[in-house]
Amino acid sequence: MSDQSGNESGVTREGIEHPRPGREAPADDRTVRRRGRGAGRGGGRRRRGRGERPMVPKADFRSYYGQPILNKPVWSATDIAGYLFLGGLAGASSLVGAAADLRGEERLAVVAKTGAAGAAVLSLAALVHDLGRPARFLNMLRVVKVTSPMNLGAWLLSAYAPAALAAAGSALTGRLRPLGAAGTAGAAALGPALASYTAVLISDTAVPAWHDGYREMPFAFVGSGAMAAGGLGLLGAPSGEQTLPRRVAVLGALTEVGGLKVMERRLGAVAEPYQHGSSGRWMKVGEGLALAGSALALFGRGAGRGRRTTGAVAGVMLLAGSACTRVGIFSAGVASAEDPRYTVQPQRERLRRRTARR
Amino acid sequence: MGLLSESEYDDAPPRMGFFTDTSVCIGCKACEVACKEWNHVPEDGLNYTGMSYDNTQGLGADSWRHVAFIENRSGATPVDLGMPEVGGPPDAPAAAGVRPDLPPGGDLIDGEGKLQWLMASDVCKHCTHAACLDVCPTGSLFRTEFGTVVVQEDICNGCGYCIPACPYGVIDQRKEDGRAWKCTLCYDRLEVGMEPACAKACPTDSIQFGPLDELRERAEARVEQLHEKGVDVARLYGHDPDDGVGGDGAFFLLLDEPETYGLPPDPVVTTRDLPAMWRRAGLAALGLAVGVAVAALGGSS
Repeated sequence: MSDQSGNESGVTREGIEHPRPGREAPADDRTVRRRGRGAGRGGGRRRRGRGERPMVPKADFRSYYGQPILNKPVWSATDIAGYLFLGGLAGASSLVGAAADLRGEERLAVVAKTGAAGAAVLSLAALVHDLGRPARFLNMLRVVKVTSPMNLGAWLLSAYAPAALAAAGSALTGRLRPLGAAGTAGAAALGPALASYTAVLISDTAVPAWHDGYREMPFAFVGSGAMAAGGLGLLGAPSGEQTLPRRVAVLGALTEVGGLKVMERRLGAVAEPYQHGSSGRWMKVGEGLALAGSALALFGRGAGRGRRTTGAVAGVMLLAGSACTRVGIFSAGVASAEDPRYTVQPQRERLRRRTARR
Repeated sequence: MGLLSESEYDDAPPRMGFFTDTSVCIGCKACEVACKEWNHVPEDGLNYTGMSYDNTQGLGADSWRHVAFIENRSGATPVDLGMPEVGGPPDAPAAAGVRPDLPPGGDLIDGEGKLQWLMASDVCKHCTHAACLDVCPTGSLFRTEFGTVVVQEDICNGCGYCIPACPYGVIDQRKEDGRAWKCTLCYDRLEVGMEPACAKACPTDSIQFGPLDELRERAEARVEQLHEKGVDVARLYGHDPDDGVGGDGAFFLLLDEPETYGLPPDPVVTTRDLPAMWRRAGLAALGLAVGVAVAALGGSS
């Protein structure tokens, strides 16, 4: 509530801050009525409408002094966008690791399993960092609650992380192979759930850009995870073992980009934060990296040593693309919660349709 | 969902709630003060916002009641809202610009026409289908025997999931301890048969506390009364058990559209779509497994 902008005069225990003598109350004809300002087309969305004249006037809507209706997520962008990215990377990497075992590609298996275990540990760390202290993670394991995706996610991660660690430990050291095989199988079984459940995690909120996208979000998320896991394989596997990660990465990139496109078209105005502002820029960079990385992986195959370098560059681009898209999705949700327009207008439209049907 | 919507107590008392009749709110903020005092709610910032008389801005971890002030210029004819009256001197001179036949806090006439001043005390809605309660991963949020929704602060782990889940923007995080806080409908007072602090302090009975069934009847009667007096804009908000949240335990009589007061016009509990979300996620997970399996078939290129 407090100190949200520098243009407010405030009273503290120390006295008055930023006094504004002679300030007058707003005098427009209707203080509570805001013209849909600027629609965030280009330019920062916090900027007030002045100087931004949209070609088509936006539908009028009313709000309480432009205050948001929702309380926006308090999660830190690095922790939770990072958690979404790492969950996808880990889950899909476990599948790649198991598939590499079946293909007899040992070095790819080591890379994928180590990546999965590392990402699982890092995502636990990100979650605990966001909660404040480790004991707070355990609070979630006092109940099993199907209506809470975060609760099921905590259980899922608690089962997945040991399996992924066992798989990685055995692959790296070559010891305890039966345990490693069990871990590999367990992580591969739970991996797809880990990669897709985070879509439900963010969709199961009142945040318009997240909730309304719940149909396509899981597909975009598993695609993004596959792209990252494929990218990791391209980065770490020798040139003879790049076929599988390349296929996984390109399939994943197309699923992610396609899923998000379908989602944005269906959402209409609520998709604006995915297209404009800083969240829109993250999305564009993510999409560009996904497509360019895929193209490089597919067509940039030189001979000999060059082939290895091209694969690594493509891998880094695909990993970065997945991460950028996650940051974009996270910040688009926050932006849609901060602007009451995205809460009011779709609900008004829903009410209008319901009344018309009667 | 309906999964966690009914209280599962034997011999539960009737469901209790608030009916906030904003047509008689005078914007005194006694409810905000009483709530802070009783519940030891800390300072929430001493700001000057320029939003009429509202420096609280909205509900949050440290504001469990929030009085909205809306300075509305409209062509609506001023009507006697039936405020409680006290006999004053019959021939007192009328103050310039104030209609002596109108109640305090009603409509003022100035050079630019009529100014209608809307005031409303907002609070946690204690939804029948409460998203905060559904998504809470620790079970910290629970439904009391009174049908209200309360956070158990010793169990809350500060995950913050309830905050974006609330369709009304009520619950929020207290920065100092990271946990989530909101109105408890004075659970401690209810347990000993007392009414919540805000309702107790309200001088005009704008905030009415009681069994929800009774309040709903009272509210219907009040709307009818206002409509008879020509206040066509009066409408109930959150009273309908068939709405997107299954009806609010704290509902309102408003004199304008909900969004004017900062309320969502058609809130829906997010967990209503959760079964569909899980199905889509399951399908996507299956797709991922099949996709990698297909990619693993065939030789190297």
